[in-house]
Amino acid sequence: MQPTTVNIADVTIPVSGLTCASCVGHVREALEEQPGVTAANVNLVTREAKVSFNPGDTSVETLVEAIRSRGYGAELPVVRASLAEEQTAQEKAQAEEYNDLRRKAIASGALGAVAMVLSMPLMSGGDHLTHGGGDPILGPLMNLVEPPMRTAMPWLYSIDPTVLKWVLLTLTVAVMGWAGRQFYTRAWTAFRHRTADMNTLIAVGTGAAFVYSLAATIAPDFFVRHGVPAEVYYEAVAMIIALVLTGNALESRARGKTSEALKKMLLLQPAQARVLRNGAEVDVPAGEVQGGEVVLVRPGERVPVDGIVIEGRSAVDESMLTGEPVPVQKEVGDKVIGGTLNRLGSLRYRATAVGAAGMLSQIVKLMREAQASRAPMQKLADRISAVFVPIVISISIATFVTWLLVAPEAGLVRALSAAVAVLIIACPCAVGLAVPTAVTVAIGRGAQAGVLFKGGEALEKLHGVDTILLDKTGTITQGRPSVTRVAAAAGFSEDTVLATAAAVERLSEHPLAEAVVIAAEERALVSSPAGDFDAVPGLGASAIVEGRRVLIGNQRLMESREIAPTAFLATAEEFAATGATPVFVAIDGLLAGVIAISDPIKPTSAAAIKKLRIKGLRVVMLTGDRKTTALAVARMVGIDEVVAGVLPEGKVAEVKRLQQEGRRVAMVGDGVNDAPALAQADAGLSMASGSDIASEASDVTLMRSDLEAAVSAIDLSNRALRVMKQNLAWAFLYNVIGIPVAAGALYAAFDLLLTPVLASVAMALSSFSVVSNSLRLRR
Amino acid sequence: MLQLLILIVGLAAIAWVNWYFFMAPKAAVMAKASASGSQEVTITVEGGYSPSVVRAKKGQPLRLIFDRKEKSPCSDEVVISEFGVRRFLKPFEKTVIDVTPTKAGTFEFACGMSMLRGQIEVEG
Repeated sequence: MQPTTVNIADVTIPVSGLTCASCVGHVREALEEQPGVTAANVNLVTREAKVSFNPGDTSVETLVEAIRSRGYGAELPVVRASLAEEQTAQEKAQAEEYNDLRRKAIASGALGAVAMVLSMPLMSGGDHLTHGGGDPILGPLMNLVEPPMRTAMPWLYSIDPTVLKWVLLTLTVAVMGWAGRQFYTRAWTAFRHRTADMNTLIAVGTGAAFVYSLAATIAPDFFVRHGVPAEVYYEAVAMIIALVLTGNALESRARGKTSEALKKMLLLQPAQARVLRNGAEVDVPAGEVQGGEVVLVRPGERVPVDGIVIEGRSAVDESMLTGEPVPVQKEVGDKVIGGTLNRLGSLRYRATAVGAAGMLSQIVKLMREAQASRAPMQKLADRISAVFVPIVISISIATFVTWLLVAPEAGLVRALSAAVAVLIIACPCAVGLAVPTAVTVAIGRGAQAGVLFKGGEALEKLHGVDTILLDKTGTITQGRPSVTRVAAAAGFSEDTVLATAAAVERLSEHPLAEAVVIAAEERALVSSPAGDFDAVPGLGASAIVEGRRVLIGNQRLMESREIAPTAFLATAEEFAATGATPVFVAIDGLLAGVIAISDPIKPTSAAAIKKLRIKGLRVVMLTGDRKTTALAVARMVGIDEVVAGVLPEGKVAEVKRLQQEGRRVAMVGDGVNDAPALAQADAGLSMASGSDIASEASDVTLMRSDLEAAVSAIDLSNRALRVMKQNLAWAFLYNVIGIPVAAGALYAAFDLLLTPVLASVAMALSSFSVVSNSLRLRR
Repeated sequence: MLQLLILIVGLAAIAWVNWYFFMAPKAAVMAKASASGSQEVTITVEGGYSPSVVRAKKGQPLRLIFDRKEKSPCSDEVVISEFGVRRFLKPFEKTVIDVTPTKAGTFEFACGMSMLRGQIEVEG
C-alpha cells in the first residue's frame, strides 16, 4: 500500500467554562474522540484548545460542537483578514466574475448569431409575428437582411425545416446549459428562499420560450391541429442569454470601478518601513513598527506610519489624503502622515500612531463605513426592489392572459412573445444600483480630495443647505494667532504686561493664549509661575502671579469685574479695525494694558467664500471675537453678515435661529470647540484637527483646513445628488415605460411590439448605463 | 368557457406568485448564546439569506456568521447599515461579522444592491 500524505491543519479554539484540571482532560478527551484529530492540547491558563486534525475527516465546526457537547463553551476561531486582504479577495472575485461573464457572453453571442442565421428560413414565408413583426427595429431589419441572404445562401433554404429545428434545439441547449446555466441555478436557489431577482426573470422568460419551442419541435402536428403555428424561438433564447450576459459583464466591470478610490487608498500604505533598532537601520514590515520607534524616510519614499519629525527637513506630498496640491514643508516637530509621499529631503521621525490608529487606517475605515451607509434616497428604491420581481411576473402573467383573450389571431404566439418580453425588459438591477453606486463613487472621490463624508445621508444633507456659517478662528483665519502690538498703561511697561499675561496664559488652553506665551518667549521675558488659575469660558482667565491677581480677557470680562476699560477703548478699537483681537490685561484691579493678537487670514479663504456666494449660499461669519475685529476680517474676505461676540452656546443658538427662519444651515468649524453647533446644523463640516478625524458631531470631515475643501464638499454633494436623481429617474422611467411597451400597450395604436430579443438589449444597457453614470463622479 | 378558464388560471397564478413571495411566513431564528455571553447565528447565503430573520438580545455582542455557498455576484456583499457594516463575503467561505446591538428594534441587512434582504430583530 502506498503511503498517503495528508495535510494536517492546526486550529486554536477559545474554550470557556474550564475551572479545573479535570475539565482540561474532559475537553481533550472530547477532541481526541473525533475522527481525524491527531493531537489536542488544552491550556487552562489561556483557555484555548490547540488541535491538529485532518481536514478531510473533520471540521472546526465539528470540533467546536464536540467541546460544547461536554458542557463547555467553545467558539469558532475568527480569522481576521486585514482590509487590504479583503479588498484583494474581492477584486479577485470580481475579476474572475468579469472574465467568466465575458467568455460566456462572447461564446453564446457567436452561437446566438449562428442560431439567428439558421432560423431565417423558418421565419420566411410564414407569419413571423414574434420574430420581428411589429418590432420597430428587428422587423425592418429582417426585411432588409432576408432577401440577400436567400441569394447568398440558397442551400440554407433547401434544408428540411424539421432538421433545422433540431439543430437549433441542440445549439440552444448548449447555450442554456453552459453560458446560461447560472441564471437557472441562481433563480432556483432564490426561489427556494422565497425571493426572486434578475435571474428569476431571465430564467422564467427564456424557459417559457424554450419550452414552447421544444413542444413545437417535438409535436408540431398538435399545434397545427389547434390552429397555432408551430414556430420555434430558439434563436431568441440564445440571443437573450448572450445579451444579458454581455450586460452583466459590462455592469460587473463598471461596478468594480466604483470602489477604485478605496483600492487606491489601500495601496498608499507601504509594505516596508526602515526603523532604527539597537542603533542599526533595519527594514521591517510596516505593520510591525511600534509606537515610539524612530523611522527613517528617504527622498521619494512613502511615509510608512504617522509620527513627529525629530530630524531633517523635507517637502511631503499629502495630496492623496488631504487634497492639498502643494507639498507641505516638514521640519522638526511637524507631523507626518503614513501613506504620504516624501519628496526632497530625508526625515527621521518618531512613530506615534501605528496600525488601526493611523490616519490612513482611520480614513479607510471611515470610507468603508460611509460606503456601507444607506442614503435616505435609497429608501424608495429599496421599497421598489423588494416587490419588483414578483410584480413583474404578475404583469407578465396578466399580459399573457390578456393577449390570449383579446388577440384576433395567433393569440398564443403573441401572448407568449409579449409575456416573455415583459420578463426580459424589466430590470431590477438598475433600480438597485442607482443610489448605492453613486454613493460609493462620490465618497471615494471625496476621500481623494480630502473630503470625508460620513455616508450617503451626509451627501444628501449637504446638498440641501442654503446658508453656511463659518467659524472665524481656524476656519477663515489660520488659527495660529500671534501678538502684533502691545500697549501699556501708565506705570506699566510693555514687557511687564506681556510677561504677566504670559504667566497666566501658560496655564490656558485657549488658542490666543499660545500667541501671548510665544511672544513673551521671543522677547526672552521671564515671569514666575502663576497659581490659582481660573478659566472663564468665552471671556478669559484669571490667576495669581507673584502674589497679584491678574485678569486677562476681553472687554466683557473687565466690565464684569468692574474694571473700566475706558482708557484703552480707543486703542482696542484701533487694533480691532486691523482685524486683530484686543486682549485686556488687568493687574490687581487696575487696567495694565492691551495686547493685539492677530490671526492671519488663510490665503484661500477669500476665493473660497466668493465661490460659496456664487453658489447662492448665504455666508455668515460666526465668532467669539469683538465686532470690530470680526468686521475687519469679514471685510477682507468678502463676508457682509457677521455674528460677533458669541459664546460657544451662542453658536448653537445662532444655528437654531437661522433654522427657525426656515434656512437649511451648514456649519464649518473645528471638531472640538464647535462640536455642539456642528451637531445642531443640518450639515456639519469639521476641519480635521489632530489625529481624530471622525468627529462625532460632524457629517463631513475636511482633511485640510482650507475653505476650498468645503467648496469641494458642496460641489461633490450637489453632483452626487444629481447623479442619484438621474439614476433613479432613469431606472424608474425605463421600467415604467419599457414594461407596458413590451406588454403591447402601443400595439393597438401604433402596431408596435417589442420582441424579447430587443427587450434584452434594452435590459442589458439599462443597468450598465446607471453604473456608468455614477462613474462620472470620479472626475 | 375556455376564456373564463384562462382568466381563472391566470388570476390564480398571479395570486400564487404574490402569496409565495410576499405572504408566506418566514422563519425567525434566535441567536444562540455562547458560553462567553455573546450570541451567535449562522446565516446561509445562497440566493437569499436563511434564516432571513434573526432574533437577538440587546446589549450582548452578536456574532453573525455568513456562510456563502455560491459565487453569484448578487450576494457578494452584505450591508448592515445600522452598524456601518459593508463586507465582502468570500464565495464558499464563512465570514464572521461581530456587532453589538445597543437598542431594540428591527434592523435590516441586505446585499449590496438591496435585492436580498434579512432582518435582525433586537429584543429589549
